[in-house]
Amino acid sequence: MRVLLALLLLLVALPARADEIIGALSQNSVELTASFSGSEILIFGAVRRDSTAAATDDPAGEGFDVVVVVEGPRQTVAVWRKERRAGIWMNVASAVMASVPSFYAVASTRPLESILSPEADAEFRISTRQAIRADLAPENALFAEALLRIRERTDQYLALGRHVHVDRDILFRTVIRLPANLTEGAYTTRMYLVQDGAVVSQFRTAIFVRKDGIERWLHQMAYDQPLLYGLLALAIALGAGWGAAALVQRIRES
Amino acid sequence: MLVYLPIAEVSVNVLLLLGIGAGVGMLSGLFGVGGGFLITPVLFFIGIPPTVAVATGANQVVASSISGVMAHLRRRTVDLKMGTVLLVGGLIGSSLGIYVFRWLTALGQVDLAVQLSYVVFLGVVGALMLQESLRSWLRAKKPGAPRRKAHQHNWVHALPFKMKFRVSGLYISVIPPLLVGASVGVLSAVMGVGGGFIMVPAMIYLLGMPTKVVVGTSLFQIIFTTAFTTVAHAVSSHSVDILLAFFLIIGGVFGAQLGSQLGSRLRGEQLRILLALLVLAVCAKVAMDLLIAPTEAYSLRVAGRF
Repeated sequence: MRVLLALLLLLVALPARADEIIGALSQNSVELTASFSGSEILIFGAVRRDSTAAATDDPAGEGFDVVVVVEGPRQTVAVWRKERRAGIWMNVASAVMASVPSFYAVASTRPLESILSPEADAEFRISTRQAIRADLAPENALFAEALLRIRERTDQYLALGRHVHVDRDILFRTVIRLPANLTEGAYTTRMYLVQDGAVVSQFRTAIFVRKDGIERWLHQMAYDQPLLYGLLALAIALGAGWGAAALVQRIRES
Repeated sequence: MLVYLPIAEVSVNVLLLLGIGAGVGMLSGLFGVGGGFLITPVLFFIGIPPTVAVATGANQVVASSISGVMAHLRRRTVDLKMGTVLLVGGLIGSSLGIYVFRWLTALGQVDLAVQLSYVVFLGVVGALMLQESLRSWLRAKKPGAPRRKAHQHNWVHALPFKMKFRVSGLYISVIPPLLVGASVGVLSAVMGVGGGFIMVPAMIYLLGMPTKVVVGTSLFQIIFTTAFTTVAHAVSSHSVDILLAFFLIIGGVFGAQLGSQLGSRLRGEQLRILLALLVLAVCAKVAMDLLIAPTEAYSLRVAGRF
């Protein structure tokens, strides 16, 4: 709550520009420790609106929408298609998507297509389709559709219409759930103030996701000292196999 | 109770992992198969990336095989001499197999090759075993029927370089066990498994070893091939997940102990019928995946991660 208050003060102190969005996160970093099973990030902020514009153009005071985007590190993905050949289903064709987000969530006050013009969407690359636009070449269209379909089904790509709540016409908040199978890296978080189909203001921040504790240690060792890591894996197997056999033997003898 | 795995980068239930480990470990102690052909598909199924599943599966097989061999050593049912000969063949074979695997990867059809070899080998091995073991089980039920000879003399016994394998009660040439070891080695490198399910029937039917000795000897051999595989995977693809292996191993080592005790109470034929049925079930599952139209024709593979 103190953060929110500080935000409001900051907003008041801002130079008197027409419309402004400013936001913050409940946490800026996510530690992937042994007990990690997904994480809920509260994303909140405030909208400062030009008081005259709000009063004259829009007496109802409902003239703006907020869109929040969380985007995971980009990765290269090969999409394969299976077809039946000689009675057997096998991979026959593939397309490589050079840069697609590992995670992508779009939350908005109302369904995206009803509040954002296609032009604004294209300019700011807000919807999932725009986020993978670079890989949407016509010859790859079916593969890109498959990518979207598969990642939507596994909740890696989320479209959350009516998921951002606005309080007292000035504060907004939403909760984005990061799944358990997170990849390390920076998760950029963008917040857009949308009015009449156009983006009038935006704010950017990021969530840093990194491994911690034993996960961090093991991951580093696996990559930095692979031979030692492999031998450690063997030592654990040897110790456990031997230990269990000895333990069972002792129990049977007693 | 969930745990986040550092290499697989997913979080899974600890109890599930312990259960999988125990189940596969039990089969390992019971039948002398490493269980690689079972654990790898099961890990795929719970969402572990395939390369991590293959490499970590090998690590778990090391532990359960050691645990199983300890139990068999106590009962003196391990033919160390035969195991060593098989192992020498196996190491030659798996070095060869790695080249075959690279060649298939270059062709881009390694998945299909692995699935097809699963169907062919599991199908043939399972069917032969089932037929033979059912027949000898039925014969054993009729005490009046004439018993088959302990082992028949065939071309195998005419080969040179004969060696005495006292524990197995055999006096045969070292060439057949070397060849068996080598061909299993090739297959295990290509299919990413220990190869026990091929080794066990080959020892029984090709080498004529007694079933009781076969299990322990196969496990002894598997320890070394899977240890080699584990380190090779850790070095070349960083795909061994120690934390995942740890939970599988804890379940596995106790399962293996249980399995080998259960095995000492079952008759050889019954053991073989059960293993044959298990092998055929896995074969049917893999065959179904190849023959039935998938609900999603597309699949994703993330580059850079393995």
